[in-house]
Amino acid sequence: MAMSMANTIDIASLSRQVKGEIETKFPEAHIDFCLTCGLCASGCPATGLEGLDPRKFLRLLALGQDEELRSTKWIYSCTNCMRCAYVCPMNIDVGRLVMLVRGMRSKEERPTNLQKSCDLQKASNSTGIPNSDFVWVVGDVLEEVREEEPEWADLQAPMDKQGAMFYLNQNAKEPTVEPEEMVPLWKILHKVGIDWTYSSEWWDGANYCLFPGDPEDWEYTVRKQAETVDALGCPTYINTE
Amino acid sequence: MYYATLEGLRRFDIPHKFEFVSIITLYAQWIREGRLKVDPAWNIEGLKFTVQDPCKLVRQGIGDPVAEDLRFVIKQVVGEENFIDVWPNKSNNYCCGGGGGALQSGFVDNRRTYGKFKFDQLTTTGADVVITPCHNCHGQVMDICDHFGGTFKTTHLWNWIVKAMV
Repeated sequence: MAMSMANTIDIASLSRQVKGEIETKFPEAHIDFCLTCGLCASGCPATGLEGLDPRKFLRLLALGQDEELRSTKWIYSCTNCMRCAYVCPMNIDVGRLVMLVRGMRSKEERPTNLQKSCDLQKASNSTGIPNSDFVWVVGDVLEEVREEEPEWADLQAPMDKQGAMFYLNQNAKEPTVEPEEMVPLWKILHKVGIDWTYSSEWWDGANYCLFPGDPEDWEYTVRKQAETVDALGCPTYINTE
Repeated sequence: MYYATLEGLRRFDIPHKFEFVSIITLYAQWIREGRLKVDPAWNIEGLKFTVQDPCKLVRQGIGDPVAEDLRFVIKQVVGEENFIDVWPNKSNNYCCGGGGGALQSGFVDNRRTYGKFKFDQLTTTGADVVITPCHNCHGQVMDICDHFGGTFKTTHLWNWIVKAMV
């Protein structure tokens, strides 16, 4: 639904609750620093979607149009790519403001699959496959490669190897839907000859909890990863992206 | 996704003893050190490649140095003359349109309208293959290629490294 921007706004009747809440949680929000120059909107591929763009989003915040902020789907079309912040002369972190507005919705009011990806990752990983399936799939794919490609008969995919020099995370998409996509990276690591390991717990590197808007969920999943890697004693944590 | 762990460790001051790195940085390092030997000789047909810079790795993560590493690796793997860069690029590149939870959120029309910027930019290069070193980018670029009738292939980087390994 497009915004009815042409309507006259009665400033006196607006409470600016959303702005106040943001400024409490993020004192460096500096919403009032906005010069309305529009550099953000010029370079944003989400400009025009749902009748909004980063500059208009900041106007809604500054003026206090809370109802529009709480109902617009634009906050889910903004991909938090931060191209706007990259060019903002006043260093306004628009993406973070969008996340804070996302977080003001109750979990039930959020896009179902977005919240679900995070809920699943909080339990173990973002596709929700059991950890034992991950371990099994890695072993099964490895065995297949070793049998079918004689030149890779000694390929490794170590699991929970204490003290390995490198820890490798794994986006859950691969073991869940395209397990053969794990093999090229194993081959590269083998060729380079590094000592690496996966973990059978908190192995997923998708990190969807950054997106629904609850920082405590994001913190929880990163903390679990950090504890896992430190418990394995690996000095380097490799992200596969 | 690189940024969530990088920024999460920083913002929440999470204690840790490890160094957090991207595989892209390591590929480049290993090629430079001669530990990962690659040869573009396999690309006799001159297959043309371009790349998507993942926002979370480049603009919000390591910045231009990792975008340079990414291009260095691709050129070593496919042949320098077979790489065609996009514009704008590196830290100023467009998002694919699938990030920030957009692929999960389900507002498909908006996501594809957003992705048209990326589709046009990639199509303009004339490349046969788009390398997307991020899972979200991979999913979105495949979808917009299919939706807008593109002809390029969308792949991860690791498949081509293995092809070029000697």
